[in-house]
Amino acid sequence: MSETSQALEQLTRQEYQAGFVTDVESEQIPRGLSEDVIRLISRKKDEPEFMLEWRLKAYRHWLTMREPTWASVKYSKIDYQDIIYYSAPKKRQALNSLDEVDPEILKTYAKLGIPLEEQKRLQNVAVDAVFDSVSVATTFKEKLGAMGVIFCSFSEAVRNHPELVKKHLGSVVPYTDNYFAALNAAVFSDGSFCFVPKGVRCPMELSTYFRINAAETGQFERTLIVAEEGSYVSYLEGCTAPMRDKNQLHAAVVELVALDRAQIKYSTVQNWYPGDREGRGGIYNFVTKRGLCAGYRSKISWTQVETGSAITWKYPSCILKGDESVGEFYSVAVTNHRQQADTGTKMIHLGKNTRSTIISKGISAGRGQNTYRGLVKVQKGAQGARNYTQCDSLLIGSQCGAHTVPYIEVRNNTAQVEHEASTSKIGEDQLFYCRSRGIPEEDAVSMIVNGFCRKVFKELPMEFAVEAQKLLMVSLEGSVG
Amino acid sequence: MTATAAMLEIKDLHAKVGEKEILKGINLTVRPGEIHAIMGPNGSGKSTLSQVLAGRETFEVTSGQVLYQGQDLMALSPEDRATAGIFLAFQYPVEIPGVGNMHFLRTALNAVRRKHGEEEVDAMDFLSLIKEKMKLVEMDQAFMNRSLNEGFSGGEKKRNEILQMAVLDPKLAILDETDSGLDIDALRIVAAGVNGLRRKDRAMLVITHYQRLLEYIVPDFVHVIAGGRIVKSGDRSLALELEQKGYAWVDAQVAGAPAPGARP
Repeated sequence: MSETSQALEQLTRQEYQAGFVTDVESEQIPRGLSEDVIRLISRKKDEPEFMLEWRLKAYRHWLTMREPTWASVKYSKIDYQDIIYYSAPKKRQALNSLDEVDPEILKTYAKLGIPLEEQKRLQNVAVDAVFDSVSVATTFKEKLGAMGVIFCSFSEAVRNHPELVKKHLGSVVPYTDNYFAALNAAVFSDGSFCFVPKGVRCPMELSTYFRINAAETGQFERTLIVAEEGSYVSYLEGCTAPMRDKNQLHAAVVELVALDRAQIKYSTVQNWYPGDREGRGGIYNFVTKRGLCAGYRSKISWTQVETGSAITWKYPSCILKGDESVGEFYSVAVTNHRQQADTGTKMIHLGKNTRSTIISKGISAGRGQNTYRGLVKVQKGAQGARNYTQCDSLLIGSQCGAHTVPYIEVRNNTAQVEHEASTSKIGEDQLFYCRSRGIPEEDAVSMIVNGFCRKVFKELPMEFAVEAQKLLMVSLEGSVG
Repeated sequence: MTATAAMLEIKDLHAKVGEKEILKGINLTVRPGEIHAIMGPNGSGKSTLSQVLAGRETFEVTSGQVLYQGQDLMALSPEDRATAGIFLAFQYPVEIPGVGNMHFLRTALNAVRRKHGEEEVDAMDFLSLIKEKMKLVEMDQAFMNRSLNEGFSGGEKKRNEILQMAVLDPKLAILDETDSGLDIDALRIVAAGVNGLRRKDRAMLVITHYQRLLEYIVPDFVHVIAGGRIVKSGDRSLALELEQKGYAWVDAQVAGAPAPGARP
């Protein structure tokens, strides 16, 4: 090993920092999946009948489906009967205030840098904290409520706003959509719900912080965001999990609905436990995210920084139905050690003069495998549709891989679709250049990688951009060897 | 005893890349304030020498010694050499997409300052510093907000190197074929920038293929390198002679006599 790579290795040999376990008494149901288990989950959540029926329909449909195999990821078969589908920290009754949340859980979030206590809350960010299968706290509810913004856990929404849930649930990602979306629909336990009424510009960032704590459980959350005419909301989700030897399944669904002139900005900083250097353990992050630009001039932007998970399989997409609607996808995906990612987006142009932009930055290190897979589809009626796609890969070391699989289907001859792609290596040249100016090697790597990701980072809400940069460096731990 | 202590002493330096020996016993002494031009044909080892001095790990030093201000230079990492005052102006400056030119330069300056226990320069102070230095190479401020060397023309890249040199304020500057790829106007600007940075306590090694650059940057000494050794040293007139007679003339001379500095 050269001196260069030794130094690189040392600098990046930082451990996964969110890998601790919280000792909290939890209530779990027996492992395995059946109609009874689904009934039990629904009962535990006090759900109205329509929810249970929807879950059962989803489950029955799931039984007829097969696990998809087209992604370029490899993992051993998941035994769906060996997963615990519901785990919740024990609590006395319904939580009325943060004081009633188990102090251990509050400590957990504080340790992760998300203090939930009122006085220490992040300025201007409302947080919904989801711990294993349930939401444990949502901050700033009253302030948001005064403006008519509903921001609460999914369970609460089902109880308190059943008409809204009934109307939009499954409207963008039906339970028949794909294998993991069907599974999620059957067993999802919680998640966040957000409704922004007509003409309201949500005054703060909304954010959900997902934490898996229990062992051998799956996490299945669902997020639904509805932005009415002329409204605006920026939402961010973060995720972490303890270090465990066994893989854990996380199959989430996110649905976004934007009506006329509404804008939804959805950002993800995904830092699920990635497994160890040899690829033992880690989260399987199999997620379906889709936004419907239903209205005229509506806009949905996805920004994701994917650093964690053993395997990431997700394609946050936009259906551009409204005329002149806009879809955007900005992504940084990092795979180090034996991590695998197959991620990208789908931009479906239905309306006239719809526009989409895709900026994807894949970073592969160690033995990581990183695939960009993206579909740009322009339907017959999408007169004047435009797409611009740029997808760049950065390789660190010589044992990793980067793959680009773009699909382009155009059925309207007035459409303009551009695709640019590049693959580069962090060169010895670049490093030496920086070092010859006095910049230490670790700073040089960080500078080069951040430069590569700049276009994406600048789309993140300010509060999180710095965090994402730090996270990126931690995940490139031991990246050259 | 000489009046001034040497800044750089290269003694019988041998270096190879892979199995190929490129430097075969370089001897050179440089004192503060001096400008040494190093000339030679392609593949003679000029650029290798500059990269070895800056600490490039591609090259393995097999024997010999390099003292910089009395210290063993080869024991230092590239970044430590830089903070100790060595600057290499690259023949092919590297592009780093997404990294702002100004950000890069400030990071570099602050790395040097940190090393010397000095306070870091904040963005505002840096801006006034850089504005001043940019005049030296007639650079427009628009350059500062662009990505480092990305999409720069050959001349812009070379000017940017000299700008970096002006900001980092080195003791020993090595200019590796700074004239290559420059038209006559750009050459004049770059050379004027370099001349503006001449100082009594600063030494320069100017590596070039052509005499042309030396009309603008007038050296105190000229060395001709061939086959990995310095085969001829002299004053400025050597460069002119070389241009008239060509490198074949040097080869012919070398063939007859042992190279100066060769081991007995």
